[in-house]
Amino acid sequence: MLKQVQHDIKTLSNLCEKPLCSLRLKKKNKMTTQDALFQYTLRLGDTNLILGQRLSEWTGHGPFLEEDLALTNIALDITGTAKSLLEYAASIEGKGRTEDDLAYFRNDRQYFNAQITEQPNGDYARTIVRQAIIDCFDFYFYNELAKSKDETLAGIAQKSIKEVTYHLRHTSSWVERFGDGTEESHNKAQTAVNELWQYTGELFEMNEVDAVLIKEGIAVDLNIVKAKWEKHITELLEKSTLTKPENVFMQTGSRKGIHTEHLAYILAEMQALPRMYPDAKW
Amino acid sequence: MEVNKFEDVFEGKLAKNEMVEPKDWMPDNYRKHLIRQISQHAHSEIVGMLPEGNWITRAPSLRSKVVLLAKVQDEGGHGLYLYTAAETLGISRDELLDNLHTGKAKYSSIFNYPTLTWADIGAVGWLVDGAAIMNQVMLQRTSYGPYARAMVRICKEESFHQRQGFEIMTRLAFGTEDQKAMAQDALNRWWYPTMMMFGPPDAESPNSENAMKWRIKRETNDQLRQRFVDQTVPQVQYLGLTVPDANLKWNEAKKGYDFSEPNWVEFKNVISGNGPCNKERLAARNKAHNDGAWVREAAQAFAKKRNEIYVAA
Repeated sequence: MLKQVQHDIKTLSNLCEKPLCSLRLKKKNKMTTQDALFQYTLRLGDTNLILGQRLSEWTGHGPFLEEDLALTNIALDITGTAKSLLEYAASIEGKGRTEDDLAYFRNDRQYFNAQITEQPNGDYARTIVRQAIIDCFDFYFYNELAKSKDETLAGIAQKSIKEVTYHLRHTSSWVERFGDGTEESHNKAQTAVNELWQYTGELFEMNEVDAVLIKEGIAVDLNIVKAKWEKHITELLEKSTLTKPENVFMQTGSRKGIHTEHLAYILAEMQALPRMYPDAKW
Repeated sequence: MEVNKFEDVFEGKLAKNEMVEPKDWMPDNYRKHLIRQISQHAHSEIVGMLPEGNWITRAPSLRSKVVLLAKVQDEGGHGLYLYTAAETLGISRDELLDNLHTGKAKYSSIFNYPTLTWADIGAVGWLVDGAAIMNQVMLQRTSYGPYARAMVRICKEESFHQRQGFEIMTRLAFGTEDQKAMAQDALNRWWYPTMMMFGPPDAESPNSENAMKWRIKRETNDQLRQRFVDQTVPQVQYLGLTVPDANLKWNEAKKGYDFSEPNWVEFKNVISGNGPCNKERLAARNKAHNDGAWVREAAQAFAKKRNEIYVAA
C-alpha cells in the first residue's frame, strides 16, 4: 500500500513537474538548451507515436492484403521512430523516466503531437491524404534535421529519411489514384483534403523551443520546410486533379498541449494497461 | 502419354521424395486437397491477424507494440505467399477470398477464440504458433514444391514468433501477482483449444489418409498432439504455471505424458460456426473487403486511364 502511494506521488510529481516547470522557466529566465531539447524531442516523439497508433488501427482491416501490409509497415516504421525519440527525450530529461513512462504516464495536456496525427482514420482516402500530408512534411523535415548539430537527432533523422522516402512515394501514388481514379474516389479524396487542411498550419508553428535550438544549430527552421512542402503538395494535388483549399482558418494548440477531442480517447485506450498495473514491467 | 503413364510419373516422384511442380501432371484429388489445405492455411493467417491485431493499440510498452505490429505484419505476409502458392494450382485469389467471405472455406478454428487480455497475446505466440510450427515443420518437405518453399520461410518466422510469445509469458509469469494470474488465466483458456489445432483423433480424421499417402502430411494428428504436450509441459513448469489438466501425468512406459482429450463436442461446434468469435471474425473480413471495394476500383480505373494515355502517346 505504502509502495503504491509512494509510486502515485512520484508519478504525480513527474507528471506535474514538466510543463509547469518549463512555463515558469520561460517567465523567469531564458529556456535552457536542455529543456528546449527535451520538449522538442518530445514533440517529435509524440507526433510519431500518435500517428503510428492511428495507422495501426488499420492492421488486419486494410482494403486488400498488399495494402494492409504496406500500411502496417508504415505504422511500424513510425512507431519505431517514436520509440527512439522518446527514449532520447527521457535521457535528455535525466530523471530516470523511460520512453514507456513518457508514452504511458502523461495526459493529453502533456502531449505535444500535431493535431493532424490524432484525427480519426475515416475512410481509406482520409487516412492516405492525412499520411501524404505528413509524409511530405517529414520528408523535408528529416532531410533538414539530418544536418542537426545534435548527433542523436541527426542519426534518427537519417534513418527516418530512408523510411519516409518510401512512405511518401507510396501515399503520393495513392493520392494520385484516388484523385484521378473514379468519381467516388475523387470525391472522397477531395473531402479529406478539405477537412484536413485546417490542421496543416500547425505543422510549421515555431515557439521559444525552436528559437533556442535553431540558434544552436539543433532544430529545423520550419519556414524552410514550409516552402518545400507547399511546392510539393501543390504539385501532388494538381497532378491528382484535386483542388488545394485556399484561405483556410488554421487550427492551433498542440505546441501548448491543446488538442482535439480525439487525443484523450487514443490515450485512454493506449495507456489503460500500464496504468491499471503501475508496478508491472512488461 | 496415357493417364496411367502420368500417374506413374507422379507416383514415382512421391516415391523418390521429389517435388511436384505446378506444370507437372497431378491427380485431381491431389490438386483439390492442396487447394483446400493451402487456402485454409492462407485464410488462417489473415483471420489470425484479427485476434492479435486486437491488442496492437493497447500493447503495454513501446517495444511490445513494435514487436506485435511486426508479428501481425508477418502473418499477413504468410497469407500472401500462401495465396500465391494456391494460385499456382489454377485458382484465383478472388475465388479463394469469396470462399472465405461466404463461409465456404474454413480457417483454423483457434482464431474463433477471443484475445481477452495481454497475456493472450503471449499465449497465442507461445502455444498457438508453437502448435502451428509442429504442424508446419513437416510441410517444408511436403510433396508440392511451391507450398514446401513457402513453408520454409513461414516456419523460420513462426519460430521467432513463438519465442516472442514465450517472452511475453516469461515477463508475466515472473512479474507481479496480477501478471502471473493473467498468465495462468490465459494458459487455462488456450490449452485445450490449442490441442484441438492438431485435428480430431486419428480414427476420426477424414482427410488424413490421402494426405499421408501424398506426403502432404507426414505425421498423424495424435502423434503431433502427443509431441506438443511433451514439449510444452516443461515450459509450463519453467514458468511456474499449471497445466489445466488434472489427468496430466508422465508415463514412463511410453516416455510421454498421459493427458485429457480436449472437448471434441466444442471442437465440432467451433468448426461449424458456433465458436465465441466465428461471426465477428467473418464479419470483420467481409467489412474490410467490402469497404475496400472502391479503393480497388479506383486503382483499376486509374491504371486503365494511365495505360490509355501511354498507348495514345
